[in-house]
Amino acid sequence: MELILELAAQTVQMFGVLVIAPFLLGITRKVKARLLRRIGPPMFQPYRDLWKLMHKEAVLAHNASWLYRVAPYCVFATTWVAAALVPTYSTGLIFSWSADLIAIVALLATGRFALALAGMDVGTAFGGIGSSREMMIASLAEPAMLLVVFTVALVAGTTQLSTIAAAFTEAHVGLRVSLGLALFAFVFVGIAENARIPIDNPATHLELTMVHEAMVLEYSGRHLAMIEAAAALKLTLYFSLLVCLFAPFGMATTDRSIAALALGGAAYLAKIALLAALLPIGETAVAKMRVFRYPIFLGGAFAAAALAVFLLFVSRGL
Amino acid sequence: MTSISFDVAHLLAGSMLVLSFLLLYQDRITATLNVFALQAIMLSLAVAWQALIQEAPHLMVTALIALTVKGFVIPAALHRIVRRLGIHREIEQVIGGGPTMLTGLGLVALSILLVMPVGQGVSLLTREDLAFALAVILLGLLMMITRRNAVTQIIGFMSLENGLVLAASGAKGMPLVVEFSVAFSILIAFIVFGVFVFRIRERFDTVDVSALDRFRGERSDHS
Repeated sequence: MELILELAAQTVQMFGVLVIAPFLLGITRKVKARLLRRIGPPMFQPYRDLWKLMHKEAVLAHNASWLYRVAPYCVFATTWVAAALVPTYSTGLIFSWSADLIAIVALLATGRFALALAGMDVGTAFGGIGSSREMMIASLAEPAMLLVVFTVALVAGTTQLSTIAAAFTEAHVGLRVSLGLALFAFVFVGIAENARIPIDNPATHLELTMVHEAMVLEYSGRHLAMIEAAAALKLTLYFSLLVCLFAPFGMATTDRSIAALALGGAAYLAKIALLAALLPIGETAVAKMRVFRYPIFLGGAFAAAALAVFLLFVSRGL
Repeated sequence: MTSISFDVAHLLAGSMLVLSFLLLYQDRITATLNVFALQAIMLSLAVAWQALIQEAPHLMVTALIALTVKGFVIPAALHRIVRRLGIHREIEQVIGGGPTMLTGLGLVALSILLVMPVGQGVSLLTREDLAFALAVILLGLLMMITRRNAVTQIIGFMSLENGLVLAASGAKGMPLVVEFSVAFSILIAFIVFGVFVFRIRERFDTVDVSALDRFRGERSDHS
């Protein structure tokens, strides 16, 4: 009975992220449209898009290899696993031992690798340029992300997300410049990884500025649905990570009663809905960057994260 | 260790270091001036907090001097100079944003490594203040080296001086006379700099100090 309940809790988390992911995207698009004084699509539009794409015929290029067909599922699978591992409403779920920050970074990198290969598979110029840019962004964002991981791990003493969240909810961490800097770097990395403005425009059809969209330009039907769902899941994953690392209050930790779990769920939903509304507000305030400015943008994130690690060493002693 | 006094001191000194990095990062002159003013305000807060926890009221005077002179008077005067020179819209070519940032990070690591063994006997708070102050000083020096515009070089110098004041406030028992003389020397330096900038401008039609290179003895053959 215990085991079944534990499994049920994990399943709720796993399918929960999958179900809310398109809705978050819907909120983001709606707020963005309202800020631009447009009405915007209804918030449930991403679900309908996915449904429509699932029932459309998948068109394949003549010279597409097996890689091209497998990549969307690979991307979706890695992103879903990563998103399902991040603690959302409760810590200490049955698979929490595997929810390691470094493992999540590695899972995302695997998905990105598959997508970049698929972008180059058909041999069109756009796919190639998209893959090349995506890898450039990744090579700049990943070091910053790992330094953020180190910062959090140094404060909490572990890289396991569930334990970190529990530690930050209960223990007295104090005022930390390092965590503030890490949050700053994390937001930058998240913007770059999720292909949002100012790095990439998710709604663009102007070829010169495409990064993510250029890679998936050849996809259609159920393959495209998988990729779109993976993109929505990735956004949810970054929101959940942000909530879990920097604002885990409200999360159910030791108290496993229904009320505590419900409170955790409600707090989680409120927090990510707030983030989904904040993202487009930030986006409308800035302009898209030139490609050659990316290193400076992400270099800033790297510098902030490195500074965070250094500051921790000052206060702890070597 | 996680007492609130330590945390706040850590926060303020750490923010100063972050602002130092922001100074290195900025390439617009007016934005640089604003960041500098913010750093000076942060410095005055840090010094005021030191005054509170060390129970040394004379440090309050230091904080006040830092706030009025470096937080408001000098930035306002520099804004005036920049506007009168007509360079307030100029974007400065910072020599390699990435390498400069990496060098800056290296300097921060260096100052931490230097202060750690030296300050073994003193309290954690003082040691940390010294490490931050040394890092701010080195970053100010780095800014003076990498910038080519005379005005931003002045800002580099002033932010270096911010680091000096931070270091002095961390060490217990700095006499007020020293603080006054430092403040006055900064003001004098500022006036000298101001005259200097206008003289450069008058002679070379630019405040880019690389224009001065032609007048160094060893390069007389060059152009």
